[in-house]
Amino acid sequence: MPPPLRNPQPQPVTALAAGPDDDTPRRLYADPGLPDRIFRVVLRSGGTFVLAVMLLVGGFLLYRAWLALDKAGWSFLTTAQWAPDQGNFGIAAVLVGTVLIAIVAVLVAVPLATGAALYISEYAPARLRRTLISTVDLMAAVPSVVYGLWGVFFLQDKVLPVARWISTYFGWIPVFDVRGADPADPLAPESLYTSSTFIAGLVVGMMIAPIVCSIMREVFSQAPAGEREGAYALGATRWGMIRSVVLPFGRGGMIGGTMLGLGRALGETIAIFMIISVTFDIQWHVLQSGTSSIASLIALHYGEASEFGMSALMAAGFALFLMTLIVNFAASSIVARSRSGATSDA
Amino acid sequence: MTVAPEAPGARQATGRPRTTLPGLSRAAVPGGERRRALTRLRATDLYAVVGAAASALSLTWLLFAWLLPFNGAVGFVVLAYGLFLLIYALLVSFDEDGPAVVDRIAAAVVRSMGVLLVVILAFVVVYALVEGRKALTHLNFFTQDMHLAGPLEPLSVGGAMHAAIGTLIMITIALLITVPAGLICAVFLTEVPGGYARFVRTIVEAMTALPSIVAGLFIYATVILGLGLGQSGLAAGLALSVMMLPIIIRAADVVIRLVPGTLREASYAMGTSRWRTVWHVVLPTCRSGLTTAVILGTARGIGETSPVLLTSGYTNDLNLNPLHDPMVSLPLVTFEFVKSPEPNMISRGFGTAALLMTLVLLLFVAARIIGGRGPGQLTRRQEHRRVLASQRDARRFAGRPAASAATPPSSPSPNALTDNGSSS
Repeated sequence: MPPPLRNPQPQPVTALAAGPDDDTPRRLYADPGLPDRIFRVVLRSGGTFVLAVMLLVGGFLLYRAWLALDKAGWSFLTTAQWAPDQGNFGIAAVLVGTVLIAIVAVLVAVPLATGAALYISEYAPARLRRTLISTVDLMAAVPSVVYGLWGVFFLQDKVLPVARWISTYFGWIPVFDVRGADPADPLAPESLYTSSTFIAGLVVGMMIAPIVCSIMREVFSQAPAGEREGAYALGATRWGMIRSVVLPFGRGGMIGGTMLGLGRALGETIAIFMIISVTFDIQWHVLQSGTSSIASLIALHYGEASEFGMSALMAAGFALFLMTLIVNFAASSIVARSRSGATSDA
Repeated sequence: MTVAPEAPGARQATGRPRTTLPGLSRAAVPGGERRRALTRLRATDLYAVVGAAASALSLTWLLFAWLLPFNGAVGFVVLAYGLFLLIYALLVSFDEDGPAVVDRIAAAVVRSMGVLLVVILAFVVVYALVEGRKALTHLNFFTQDMHLAGPLEPLSVGGAMHAAIGTLIMITIALLITVPAGLICAVFLTEVPGGYARFVRTIVEAMTALPSIVAGLFIYATVILGLGLGQSGLAAGLALSVMMLPIIIRAADVVIRLVPGTLREASYAMGTSRWRTVWHVVLPTCRSGLTTAVILGTARGIGETSPVLLTSGYTNDLNLNPLHDPMVSLPLVTFEFVKSPEPNMISRGFGTAALLMTLVLLLFVAARIIGGRGPGQLTRRQEHRRVLASQRDARRFAGRPAASAATPPSSPSPNALTDNGSSS
């Protein structure tokens, strides 16, 4: 290593004097060395591989779906029947079924998840809190087939009287009407109420409740301590503090978590497929037996589908993917824009 | 300087300024000062809850048994809960004002929601385990496949070994693909920032929305119909990979971003190359978090039915070759078993569901044990090892020949660097 120059001043000065045009800024370039370059190439190609797979999935779906979409045109959205080989097919019925099941699921899951998230973050004793958080996170990992089993073999019997009661007393609301049900007949067949949108929605609601709950809890627990204490110092009760600090702070997370749950509910297959009996009519009556969803349509028809039928199924799958995609992106942008979302990763 | 609170007139007496405190008002309260009770739970609160619950229960029983033409367990519970809230509000309003009553009611509702969610969830799991006990108590359930067992056979014949092994093979294939690709991609997203990485991150986030059945449909259309592979374990593994890849990348990305930037900067400041920084600083720091990400992704993948339903086919035989012939997994046989009307098949279905649940529980517990710590937090044993390595380095430097005597013996090594950084 050469000894440092004692007096480096004169040289630059003469250099300047010799030619001011040479004083271009130095290029700051650090040679990363061969291993580093290889490393960067590996990382970049890993990222490109994943990108390629993802784009392939999306592109392939769209490409195959195009054949069917091109032929069906706008009637794809308005036809309820599913007979692609006769050229008469559309997702009107399955779309309505999917959305209704998801709405029921969200209506069930959100109050439950909000209450549970508030309990865990605000009310539960500190010792219990970690256990509760673990339990809820574990439940988010329970396979959907287990929820489906529970729904078919346990919940269905317990819910039938409730469905019947609702349809008897609130049947004048069109959504709760059940065709063919006679409130005066105590021996009316219960099969009118089985396998309905309502029961499928309940089970899916149980399934998404832990996911929604854990996102909400994450956001609630980030509410700033200073504002909490400020509310208490102004004489707020605990509920007053929650209403004026925690809930406004966590609103973005609540909406975002709900929409993420909605995305999961839209894409859920197997639990719904186990419960519902598939029909291809537009079924607005949530308590009536028989409904359908896009995912169960695919699970039902993929085996015997012809080339064109496959393309039609792809179109249905693409529509489903588009729906969950929009919901998910809306959710993450709402969470990211909210005050609480800056650090959470929902 | 002494303070005489009970003698405010002392100032006049001595003529010197003195600090005076307001006298304790102990004498003002007859019988001395009473300690304030700081406990949150007062006896009256407890009485109100218990009393409201008891009267709500009895009132509901009265209504159901004698007065109204209602029946059914669900109705009973709902009515009793509503009555409980009403009576509780009434009781509390006797000695509190409006906001306090609202607070109590809200607390009661929130608590019951929390308990309800946890109870329902625990019940879902316990229900599968309890209903599966009939099949699980037969040892052959774990050692046989179903090729000898028709739907009418008793539970002492046939089992779910083919499904358990099929699950393991499929998830191994999926992990072989997703772990290297997912971790490299996650490192790429954080360590090579730029427009391209942002684009990849957006696409990965979009793909987390991909419904699992659509992932299955994609593999079915490309690998099975397009390439003619046939329904097999490999196809199912590929479908699971497509589904798990975005999940694992997302989770790993979050974990890697949590590594403190100061650690990286310290490493770069010592002239370390980028790849050595990632390998020796970033990845060891978030190792536990990455493991958790992979385990949770595995738990999601193991339980997925719909991609496997489309891609693996169905068989009753044990099949160890993932390239040919159908192969089944635990969730798939659960789904197929319970479609049968025979009670024995349904029992088997619950047995496989219980097996699956146990597997997921074990994975989850493993993830909790490994991933309970934040990045850089060490167990006692790891800390001990770090200290030993650091001491070894110190000795090595001290023992160097005099040629490099200019280097002080306590010069920090890369190991010492991670020590310092992670303990702060």
